[in-house]
Amino acid sequence: MGNLILDIRNYSCGYGSKFSLDNISIELSEGCFAGIIGPNGAGKTTLFRGLTNELSAKSGDIKINGINLKSLRYKEKAKLIAVVSQTIEQAKIKVKDYVLMGRLPYQSRFSFLETNEDYEIAEKYMKLTNVWRLKEKMMNEISGGEQQLAGIARALTQEPKLLLLDEPTAHLDITHQVQVLNLIQELNKKLKLTVLMNIHDLNLAGEYCDYIIMMKNGKIHTQGSPQEVLDYKNIEEVYNTVVVTKTNPVSKKPAVFLVSGQTLNNSK
Amino acid sequence: MRSEVLKWIIITMVLLLSLLIAIGVSLTIGELNISFFDLPEILKNGKGSIEYTIISNIRIPRIILGIAVGGALSLSGVILQGIYRNPLVEPYTMGISGGAALGVALTIVLGLHFLFGSFMLPLLGFTGALLTIVLVYFISIKQGRIRIQNMLLIGVMISFIASSAMMLLMAITTKDNLHGIVFWIMGSLDEPNRSLIWINFAVAIFGLLLSYVFVRPLNALRLGEEKARHLGVNTNLSIKLLFVIASLLAGVSVAVAGVIGFVGLVIPHIMRTMVGTDNRILLISSFITGSIFLILCDSISRVLILPNELPIGVITGIFGGLVFVIILSRKSMKFN
Repeated sequence: MGNLILDIRNYSCGYGSKFSLDNISIELSEGCFAGIIGPNGAGKTTLFRGLTNELSAKSGDIKINGINLKSLRYKEKAKLIAVVSQTIEQAKIKVKDYVLMGRLPYQSRFSFLETNEDYEIAEKYMKLTNVWRLKEKMMNEISGGEQQLAGIARALTQEPKLLLLDEPTAHLDITHQVQVLNLIQELNKKLKLTVLMNIHDLNLAGEYCDYIIMMKNGKIHTQGSPQEVLDYKNIEEVYNTVVVTKTNPVSKKPAVFLVSGQTLNNSK
Repeated sequence: MRSEVLKWIIITMVLLLSLLIAIGVSLTIGELNISFFDLPEILKNGKGSIEYTIISNIRIPRIILGIAVGGALSLSGVILQGIYRNPLVEPYTMGISGGAALGVALTIVLGLHFLFGSFMLPLLGFTGALLTIVLVYFISIKQGRIRIQNMLLIGVMISFIASSAMMLLMAITTKDNLHGIVFWIMGSLDEPNRSLIWINFAVAIFGLLLSYVFVRPLNALRLGEEKARHLGVNTNLSIKLLFVIASLLAGVSVAVAGVIGFVGLVIPHIMRTMVGTDNRILLISSFITGSIFLILCDSISRVLILPNELPIGVITGIFGGLVFVIILSRKSMKFN
């Protein structure tokens, strides 16, 4: 076990009295690639908002790299956690300027221009994420997959300890899904970057993550290795859907199959 | 990537040069046309001549006020459009003009400017603007956080209330007062009080400098509030302070020069299509272009119906509106 990067202990939060997360505890060690799964409304996004301090905790603590999230100033927090959101970027900003904004937490209020170091770091991660070729393009003119890559490049430029990704494969075809997740996997291994992502696709979660947190109704249902969590009993309980689970013959990771209602009726 | 900086310097230089040309135009044309080449001679040796008096007493003060008001309104527009991420917001959307106009209308109707002197007009105008801003600001804050979209609606509503109250005053007052109110509303760079001109100028420059302290948060806000926070920006604080800067810039300008519309809406738009969305160049270039625009509009308003003068608000509205429509229609053609 490496360093504990993310340590969530008995954490509860929510929007007024309407919806809340209840007693969440998660520990992620350095270099972990974790995924959060669960049906719509299970609290995945709420947990993310708690992690970025958008929602304040009702009880419990979140520690990043040993530091309590509450005690951190905005800039310090941005040096530890980087977030890649799934919203489509409409701002007319050049890709290179967008990525360079990741250096913001390192810049003082009175520094007018980026330093050479800022440029070098941005260039490095743009090349790594393969968006260097797009650097003069506008963010709102590139495709969804390219925006996702640019978003990851910007997040890396923050040089965080923890990378949060909100549905990194939403709206992408399988080419781009695999491209984005392969990249994240590579970063995870190469840079020993701790990754936590929200993901709907159970097969992608099983294939890429080495730790899965399954949520239901604001609580953690099961967490552990993909083999442990992606069991048909768990999935049927959480999603109320009949599934079949097998092992991917190549990767030996769990794979989840859906069965249509008609087939189910016929097989009865 | 350093080419960007060079580009910014060139843009600023070109704009400053254009400002000088606009100043030159404004110095020379009017009821009395003065040749551009005679200017140095008049300024050096012409003390006492009619030309000298016109230039130093009428045209130069107007130019200084034009630089201040044009720059301040357009800078205020850039900042507000930036924090609301809404291209239709301008300084007057937030009720600043409505409040100021109500203050002035009240002064004129009650005859306060006869009782206490003409400085009551800008003073109560500014007070009116300030009150509306404070009202909008505090209604929009809930649990210490500013709610941007609510703020916009509240601003529009308060603006409506203020304008309606002003119209009520106009409906019940005398013809003379009515004339005074209408002329004030239309706006003018003709301001006899020199110190007011210099106060406005100082506020404009100070606002420009201050806005640069928040240029990075403003840049991050292009991505939206939440993403800006992820980048380490204290959005709540930045938005509050930027709002105060923008309001002061617009409030002072409205109080001194009246409601000069369209500068704060049109110039930021035009500049964004020309120099891009990076506020490091957008703020300064909008300021200078706003100054140029207003000085030129003022020159046009002076010569169009000689020997009379048109209210400058009329010119900025027609001129700015046309430019705006042309740009928008060209843009939508590109999209199709």
